[in-house]
Amino acid sequence: MPRAYDLGMTMPRLVAATTLLLAAAFAAVEPNPATAGVLRIGLADDPDMLDPTLARTYTGRIVFAAMCDKLVDITPELDIAPQLATEWQWVDDNKGLVLKLRQGVKFQDGEPLDAAAVKFSIERHLNMPGSNRKAEISAVSAVEIIDDHTVKLVLKTPFAPLLAALSDRAGMIVSPKAAQAPGDFANHPVCAGPYKFVERVAQDRIVLDRFADYWNKDVVKFDRIVLTPIPDSTVRLANLQSGGLDMIERLAATDVETVRKDPRLRLSTITGLGYQSLSINLSNGARAKNPLGQDPRVREALELSIDRAALNEVVFNGLFQPGNQWVGPSNPFYVKSYPVPVRDVAKAKQLLAAAGAPNPQVTLMTTTVPETLRAAQVIQSMAAEAGFDIKIQATESGAAIQASVDGQFELYLNYWSGRTDPDGNLYNFVSCKAPPALNVARYCNLTVDEELDTARTAEDATSRLAHYAKVADHVLTDRPLIYLWHPTWLFAMSAKIAGFEPYPDGLIRPQGMTMQ
Amino acid sequence: MTAFLLRRIALIVPTLFFVSVLIFGLQQLLPGDPALALAGENQDPAVIAYLHQKYHLDQPLPVRYALWVQGVLQGDLGESIRIKRPVFDLICEKLPVTGELALLALIVALAIGVPAGIIAAVKHNTAVDYAASMAALWGLSIPNFWLGILLILLFSVELGLLPASGFVGPGDSLKQNLLTLVMPAFVLGNAIAAVMMRHTRSAMLQVLSSDYVRTARAKGLGELRVILHHALRNALVPVVTLGALEFGQLLSGAVLTEQVFTIPGFGKLIVDAVFNRDYAVVQGVVLCTAMAYIALNLFADIAYVLINPRLRT
Amino acid sequence: MTAGTFDAVAIGEERGERPWRRTMRRLTKRRAALVGLAVVAFFIALSILAPIVSPYDPLATNWAMVRKPPSMLHLFGTDEIGHDILARIIWGSRASLMAGIISVSLALAIGVPIGLLTGYVGGIVDATVMRLIDAMLAIPFLILAIALAAFLGPTLTNAMIAIGVSQMPIFVRLTRGQVLSVKHEEYVEAAYAVGNPARRIVLRHILPNIIPPLLVQATLATAAAIIAEASLSFLGLGQQPPDPSWGSMLNSAKNFMSQAPWMAIWPGLAISSLVMSLNLFGDGLRDALDPRGDS
Repeated sequence: MPRAYDLGMTMPRLVAATTLLLAAAFAAVEPNPATAGVLRIGLADDPDMLDPTLARTYTGRIVFAAMCDKLVDITPELDIAPQLATEWQWVDDNKGLVLKLRQGVKFQDGEPLDAAAVKFSIERHLNMPGSNRKAEISAVSAVEIIDDHTVKLVLKTPFAPLLAALSDRAGMIVSPKAAQAPGDFANHPVCAGPYKFVERVAQDRIVLDRFADYWNKDVVKFDRIVLTPIPDSTVRLANLQSGGLDMIERLAATDVETVRKDPRLRLSTITGLGYQSLSINLSNGARAKNPLGQDPRVREALELSIDRAALNEVVFNGLFQPGNQWVGPSNPFYVKSYPVPVRDVAKAKQLLAAAGAPNPQVTLMTTTVPETLRAAQVIQSMAAEAGFDIKIQATESGAAIQASVDGQFELYLNYWSGRTDPDGNLYNFVSCKAPPALNVARYCNLTVDEELDTARTAEDATSRLAHYAKVADHVLTDRPLIYLWHPTWLFAMSAKIAGFEPYPDGLIRPQGMTMQ
Repeated sequence: MTAFLLRRIALIVPTLFFVSVLIFGLQQLLPGDPALALAGENQDPAVIAYLHQKYHLDQPLPVRYALWVQGVLQGDLGESIRIKRPVFDLICEKLPVTGELALLALIVALAIGVPAGIIAAVKHNTAVDYAASMAALWGLSIPNFWLGILLILLFSVELGLLPASGFVGPGDSLKQNLLTLVMPAFVLGNAIAAVMMRHTRSAMLQVLSSDYVRTARAKGLGELRVILHHALRNALVPVVTLGALEFGQLLSGAVLTEQVFTIPGFGKLIVDAVFNRDYAVVQGVVLCTAMAYIALNLFADIAYVLINPRLRT
Repeated sequence: MTAGTFDAVAIGEERGERPWRRTMRRLTKRRAALVGLAVVAFFIALSILAPIVSPYDPLATNWAMVRKPPSMLHLFGTDEIGHDILARIIWGSRASLMAGIISVSLALAIGVPIGLLTGYVGGIVDATVMRLIDAMLAIPFLILAIALAAFLGPTLTNAMIAIGVSQMPIFVRLTRGQVLSVKHEEYVEAAYAVGNPARRIVLRHILPNIIPPLLVQATLATAAAIIAEASLSFLGLGQQPPDPSWGSMLNSAKNFMSQAPWMAIWPGLAISSLVMSLNLFGDGLRDALDPRGDS
């Protein structure tokens, strides 16, 4: 047998020596070198195509916020503000929108942004096969060039949400020259925003450089923006804490304390436009034939058994906004006559007894997102106190979408990222004419449809609100959806970042942001 | 020898055929219309119809399979529906990343596993044997996503020594490149280290009791020299060929490691594509990895036969 | 593993000692293997006795006790919804053990008969089946498991099926290799010459000889399956909340590592000790079964 000192002593010594050498080598290097003038942002997932006409995801909008300017923008108070258009006016009985374009604006390839380019872009949004913007601005039938810096959008019928739609991707103007070049525009996008596209490595990074001839270049301070998708929220925060990133979006609610306690970091929050709701299968196939789907009293009982405030407290540390409508309580279009209900288990039990279903069995379908699952478990145990026997069915997202379209669900906990105009949060979910993939409850009420259509054509916000109040009379009693909360956008950033202003759409606007 | 080689190569064709059918079937049979998953938030029926038509999603399965195979044979692996890039480009972009990670992980595995195996074999059945075995087995016993996050919290957040996640190409900065890969390679290599240890240990045990080692000892050579010069050299041969075969294991492990450390390699590409129903990506990447695995197997078989003439038939 | 290492019957009969007796004798000398076996037995007992031993209902939630550190009331602390972690560890042992045992049983139940069949029959059947098996092995195990689990749906049962099917090819190969190596042994050829039907030969003469390496591989595969279940949980497949499994507990815990480290420590320790023990036992078993290994 080999003697102990031959092998036993040499090997550990070798290992120790190597470890020390390696440690010394690594201690001497800086793991996260920051370069001056570069803003490194961590995204919650990988954006899809960087083509405003075809783009389909929310995260892509964050990239567009830096890369592609739009005809109009929103303010944090949700008013419409000028961007590429400086003035606008409704004409022809609200069937025409005349926009005056800003002078001297250039695309990132040097081409001038004029009325012809706007006409090209809008028509591209309307006519390109596979365009995801068509449904958003389908009310537009033609684009007329009045002069070099004035366009008129001709509408088939008045459409109040149009300006809000133009404040998103449907209003983004792309360079006709780049759009008509060979190859997919998504691989070489050219717009008129503060930063121009440099490169993209799928799932790794998107790099944007400052556009020297941007029309508002004085407020643009960073030379370069690098966007990195990091889906795991813990790892995303770890990157921020270790200095690998300067800013992250969609911080997990449960990590807020960590950020607050860290003097190197700062938190920025704002209530978002989206909502999380329980969609109930009212008439989408055979699975609607259960007490929940058929009897409104059972649905009311379900809503009354949920304590929204406690739910918010347990799952989101009290940071999100409990809600009961398609817009949040602080939104100008909130119907004040229907405040957020307080939990009432006794009444819930009464209603169930009256409906003849004291212990309804319901399957709750959710995706496998951890926070959603947590919420589902809380809802399950809250509703159990009123007599509901809820079984949670976690479903992979691709299958969940299909199941919801096919009506293979009874209760579905789902999420809508939110639109500036209340119509965007409501119409496609409760209208008889809505896409089957969105109105999964298959709710259809002709009075509601009338009110929704009228609200689209109404003159001003007050009259629109009156129509939405009438919609609320039906929707909040029939309960095709039970709205639960509105997510708060949580941004964490290095304390050295100044000038960041959060908007309700959750996007990061680089104008005005600097590093100290 | 040539006949043997030709026969082995000919067998690749049916295997690849089965791989293509298997992965195509699994992808296309995933629940849910891919167009719905890819249509995005607005779920516009017009977009859904367009996706059906453009990507032949309304055709029956055999037709879609035939179209896909036809494309593959012409060098067109299709495109990612989600980000509109050719699958071939994505593969060329990601392959070196995972390749580098796998190589570094293999080095880590050998660096941990081989010495552990040697010590365990030499100190057979003593406490040192158990300790060395456990040290190497530890890597197999811990879910590597958990270990990964633990390491990130320790080395990036607490100690500030390493970048938390992400990847920098060796072309951009070799130093940063290695820094970003230290933790992932360790996590990934840890799991394979156990396998290396086992193989080394059993190969060493076999060799240590063989005649020529006994002869070397009888000649009075120092024990260390016997072990390193005579035993190890012979024991390493099967270990290294087996290392090539661990490639499949490495790729499996890479899937999780890349998720945790956000490394833009093959593994992450596949997982995201499965959940996004970006089926062309999954099919293309799996076909690619299958070919690599089959090629490595072939290489290992040839190497084994070359080294051990008795196995030639 | 090389063919021909396990001529247990031949050598054992030479030495005049029954092979199982010899295996047990050697096994008891390897202390690491015994410790491993004891730990595995402990967890099995825990999972069977869960209703008696568990201090709380693993599904019972308590809003006031969210993410509380270990205390007299909750020995292991509570998780992000207020469940008691000790209760979930105890009950979760069922999910993790089942994930290991059932998937490997499935892999054996499908893989061994196929391996026996193609190994014995040979010819075109063998060639075709082996190409299919090669194809399955060419696809990285976790990718196959993910695709299957996504296809079937995220539940524990489907995860077990997915893992079992992904592990099956290895058992086919192993069985077939063993069959090939003993097929031409004298006692098999004798049995054939005497006129025994093929089924009898396979079951009576071949199968007992290949059980030892299968047993070793099955033990190691169980360990791998338990880790695979945890990996699938990480990706959102596998056992879903609120039902407890160590893998999904780790998956939830990973986002609370700094606020509530106890959420991750206990399931992590549980998984690693069980899997390590299985690995130690499997290695010990392999050593004990090695006919050369008497020292």
